[in-house]
Amino acid sequence: MNTEFWDIILLKDSTTRTVLAGTGLLGLAAGVVGSFAVLRRRSLVGDAIAHASLPGVCVAYFIVGERNFVALLLGAMAFGLLGAATIAGIRSLTRIKEDAAIGLVLGGFFGLGIVLSTIIQKQSSGNRAGLDSFIFGKAASMVASDSWTIAGVAAVILLTVGVLFKEFRLLCFDREFAAAEGRPVLFLDLLLLALITLCTVAGLPAVGVVLIAALLIIPASAARFWTENLTVMVLISGAIAVLAAVVGTIASAVIPGPPGSLSRGLPTGPCITLAAAVLFLASMFLAPRRGIVADVWRLFSLRRELALQKALTQAIDQGRGPEARP
Amino acid sequence: MNLAPATLGFTLPVFTADDAWTVATVACCATACALLGCFLVLRRLSLLGDAISHAILPGLAAAFIITSSRGAIPMLVGATVVGLITAVFSSAIHRWGRIPEDAAMGVVFTSLFAVGVILITWGARDVDLDPGCVLYGVLETIALHRVDVVGFSIPPAFVSLAVVLAVVVLVLTVAFKELKIVSFDAGLAASLGFSVALIHYTFMGLVAATTVVSFEAVGSILVIVMLIAPAASAHLLTDRLSRMLWISALIAIGACVAGYLLAVWVDTSVAGMISVVLFGVFILTSLLAPRYGVISKLAHRVRLAVRILGEDVLGMLYRWHERAALSGTAAVPPLSPADLRRGLQRPFLTRLALASLSRQGLIERAATVSLTPRGMDAARGIVRSHRLWESFLAKHLGLPLDHLHEPSHRVEHFITAELQSVLSREVGEGRDPHGSAIPGPGTASQQSQPS
Repeated sequence: MNTEFWDIILLKDSTTRTVLAGTGLLGLAAGVVGSFAVLRRRSLVGDAIAHASLPGVCVAYFIVGERNFVALLLGAMAFGLLGAATIAGIRSLTRIKEDAAIGLVLGGFFGLGIVLSTIIQKQSSGNRAGLDSFIFGKAASMVASDSWTIAGVAAVILLTVGVLFKEFRLLCFDREFAAAEGRPVLFLDLLLLALITLCTVAGLPAVGVVLIAALLIIPASAARFWTENLTVMVLISGAIAVLAAVVGTIASAVIPGPPGSLSRGLPTGPCITLAAAVLFLASMFLAPRRGIVADVWRLFSLRRELALQKALTQAIDQGRGPEARP
Repeated sequence: MNLAPATLGFTLPVFTADDAWTVATVACCATACALLGCFLVLRRLSLLGDAISHAILPGLAAAFIITSSRGAIPMLVGATVVGLITAVFSSAIHRWGRIPEDAAMGVVFTSLFAVGVILITWGARDVDLDPGCVLYGVLETIALHRVDVVGFSIPPAFVSLAVVLAVVVLVLTVAFKELKIVSFDAGLAASLGFSVALIHYTFMGLVAATTVVSFEAVGSILVIVMLIAPAASAHLLTDRLSRMLWISALIAIGACVAGYLLAVWVDTSVAGMISVVLFGVFILTSLLAPRYGVISKLAHRVRLAVRILGEDVLGMLYRWHERAALSGTAAVPPLSPADLRRGLQRPFLTRLALASLSRQGLIERAATVSLTPRGMDAARGIVRSHRLWESFLAKHLGLPLDHLHEPSHRVEHFITAELQSVLSREVGEGRDPHGSAIPGPGTASQQSQPS
């Protein structure tokens, strides 16, 4: 295992390089879109969209009959958007509130996905391995064309966000103002949802449907501790997400899985999520101004300052003697 | 489930004892979840069920690795600890990071779920607890394990879920009033001297315990659907909490039976199929519910629009009669259905309105549309309301002449006979501010300018 370990770390293998490039770019896109998703209060909608895309993967598999990433991506995209539309429909047409709508779509669509994938599993014996990895993610099962597809998706996402940065900023911080200024807020909202969906489904082979939302939510929340500036937050979030994706992918490849199992290594999704969670904890404690350590230190210095001033006041009072006191 | 020999040309499913036990187990689970779900849905805490069912995974895994048994007590302890961590961390992140609450929850439960999956794949090596069954549970094999309870051979999962259901029912019966008042008006509950925090945490504890026990049988995804879908469907069917509880329990049980049969028929995952059935029930309810359903709301709006357009048609015909009586039928061409549709600008709804009016015998439709005697009475009432309201607006609010028609045109559809007589006493009969005669309640129309 040792040589293999160093091969992966030193990127000697071209497969490793493509896989890492793919997950890294995915992380970048997720970190950037995630910032807006979190600020626009769409984080859990992202989770629901991700779960809702599973039946799309299965339907595409039924139609195409093999693991064709572009076809699966289109299927996932269609069902992800259908899920988002269902949430919006339930919220605006019935008396059921958004939280219940999110849970319903998440569970209902995912249940359908499980039903379909079990049918596929029972029908075709060998071919399902590729499909199984979509639930928890298996970066090792990615092929070069998958990485290219992810790179294309990431380029589209980054380009869109770059061009519409000002509009998205307005949308997240003051939707009413944006509307009053004549910006097409509904279109922007839908576009943001579409970008979230796109990013989610692009991440399926690497991270899987269950935990892809973590890559949207955690880096953006971590970046929030470091800055008050949206541009900086988006950059930091992107950087954290790239780091988490790369570290998680490597970890899932080099840490041995359970001995008895056929598949080597751990599922990639949980590894990437954990890497992101570690970076989140570090940010929460260590961020210079809003971190917990800084907070406690500020409180401590404030107390010390107060105690010092109190002591000085007392010293002056005692020096003047009791008659001088007011 | 066995399939009977295909003597009739098709196979009939035969319900075995194993099937019965599986359905009974999952029905217990679904009922307990549905009852608690009613309060979650009403209090907008649905996502807490989602968060708990994901987050407790590492607790279960850790308890299993430490004690290397699937005993209920260690698992419950582990899950409770992690549940507490979830709550504390979410609120800490929300407060410290000034991160939206949903994102804070998302950070915590996805991270904990990831920890759980890794613990299970890595630590719990030779166990029948794999990441897949975390998501969809082990419903299919529930009936295979049996324990002897007072002489009966019963699956242990059924025993624990039946106990959970009994506890849930007991707590809901004993503390129904308290839970209800805390759910609908926490402020009132506090002012009446109830301990809101105690009731809240008891309830949350109940949700966590139910989720933990259900989790093993049905997996994390079905738990979420079981908590939310029956309650949300019941919420669309009734406004009374007690009825909502009954309905949600019935939906839960029905969906379990239907889902199980469908899953066996299609030969696929039972948990997945029950989720799909529950989601389908919710979608059907939201479309078809008598009062809060999408279709009935739409129908109500269409009915209202048709009534208003019908009254507008009557008003137009009445004014045509007035004009014809003044300047002769030759000068004023009669109105055809097409004229009316164009004039009211909503062709389809106007067509419906015309059909409804002629069905009620208020108009006669041919090449032109004309009022029947009964239609004339009804039309007179509408125009009377319109002109009385115009007079009222002019006399008491001092609105200028060109501001009178629009508001009166909207209000005329909602003025009752009683209000007409009150208005008539207030502004008197005679003529409206435009100089048109206000038609009397029973008198024939008079000749005047249309308003």
